[in-house]
Amino acid sequence: MKNNLQLTEDGRLKHLLSLDGLPARILTQILDTAASFVAVGEREVKSVPLLRGKAVFNIFFENSTRTRTTFEIAAKRLSADVVNLNINASSQSKGETLLDTVANLSAMHADMFVVRHAAAGAAHLIARHVAPHISVVNAGDGRCAHPTQGLLDMFTIRHFKGDFHNLRVAIVGDVLHSRVARSQIHGLTTLGCPEVRVIAPKTLLPRDVGNLGVHVHHNMEQGLKDVDVVMMLRLQNERMQGARLPSAGEFYKHWGLTTEKLRHAKPDAIVMHPGPMNRGVEIDSEVADGPQSVILAQVTFGIAVRMAVMSILAGN
Amino acid sequence: MSPTTMPLPTPEQLIARLADQLSPTLGPDLALVGIHTGGVWVMDALAERLGRDLPRGVLDISFYRDDFSRIGLHPQVKPSDIPFDMEDRRVLLIDDVLHTGRTIRAAMNILFDYGRPASIRLAVLVDRGGREMPICPDFVGAHLELAEHENIALIRAEDGALDFKINQRA
Repeated sequence: MKNNLQLTEDGRLKHLLSLDGLPARILTQILDTAASFVAVGEREVKSVPLLRGKAVFNIFFENSTRTRTTFEIAAKRLSADVVNLNINASSQSKGETLLDTVANLSAMHADMFVVRHAAAGAAHLIARHVAPHISVVNAGDGRCAHPTQGLLDMFTIRHFKGDFHNLRVAIVGDVLHSRVARSQIHGLTTLGCPEVRVIAPKTLLPRDVGNLGVHVHHNMEQGLKDVDVVMMLRLQNERMQGARLPSAGEFYKHWGLTTEKLRHAKPDAIVMHPGPMNRGVEIDSEVADGPQSVILAQVTFGIAVRMAVMSILAGN
Repeated sequence: MSPTTMPLPTPEQLIARLADQLSPTLGPDLALVGIHTGGVWVMDALAERLGRDLPRGVLDISFYRDDFSRIGLHPQVKPSDIPFDMEDRRVLLIDDVLHTGRTIRAAMNILFDYGRPASIRLAVLVDRGGREMPICPDFVGAHLELAEHENIALIRAEDGALDFKINQRA
């Protein structure tokens, strides 16, 4: 039900809320279009006139300078008018007030909302209530989804590995709290990756992990063996407290990616991280800055992927 | 005479004709730019016939179309690639079929986003009339009179052979 919201009646993308439920055909169209935008970013003039006169509102109820900036750059390179709004969620009562905010912005003739919210389903809620000409992009909602991050990760893998059909991919770290991990798993599965592994301590895995179609490992040496792609997740420091984890040092010892642990992967394996990194917690600097790291390429590709999403949405 | 009963020249004949027109204009500052997809085929065939190692670029105009707000983004966008410096370059823009001129308008805008060319000239395999923009080709393989409901398209077989196909629009 919630996924039908993303597509028009004739099967085109209307909102981007989650990779869950999107067919491979649409994911591939986004990745192909993004490849053309990568070429645009390398030109003297980095913008194209596609969204000229359109108003894109970045509504961030949860802080994220990096994600907001990449959406802002993407919209500007499409020649859209961009308005950034940082709304402190704690000063709001949720539900009706969220929709009031959206109704007010709609009255300002918005064409697209890019929404980041700490509550799962916030972007879906907005998408259900906006005027028909408005598209909504989920820029992260709670633990639920972060579809553009998932897409840029798919783009990065395809760029370096060519195809998904022979790949072994390991997702490492705090899967439980990660909206990125869920989007990655949906993306990889849809695009035909035959073996997706998650490597994490039991306390950082969701209870329903068995339903996600992934192979679960609790040990880095076994989990990384012969993988083509290592996708690290960010460990959020606030989650160190309580019973979930003994300490950052302990986490690093077992699940932090070091050169030594990376040797278990294929020699040409790439290392990814959605950023911002905790060096010395989930990843060692030697790996993060090493020859197998494609972390900065992910950032560059992220802009092209967001340009692709926005231009496809604005055209549908 | 109904236009479609006219014997259609083959793309190969027209490419030879274009190459003859073009060969006096060649020079070191000239670059070829083909428009996806048919224009790229014509460019490659022309370059082979001219036997010169001219710089070649390709353009996809999807991000510059003037009907984006009506029909949205083309489902298959290909990357544009201009592997030479546009500044002060003499550009020969190449397309398969010239019709309304809107594609050429978009292509010229893209070229300027790479730099300021010294000149842009236009070569097309077929000019089928029906212009909606003030655009006039410099080199033409053939002029064809087609009815409003007819479309001519360049197609390429798997072995690389080019052919024309005339479609009736519903």
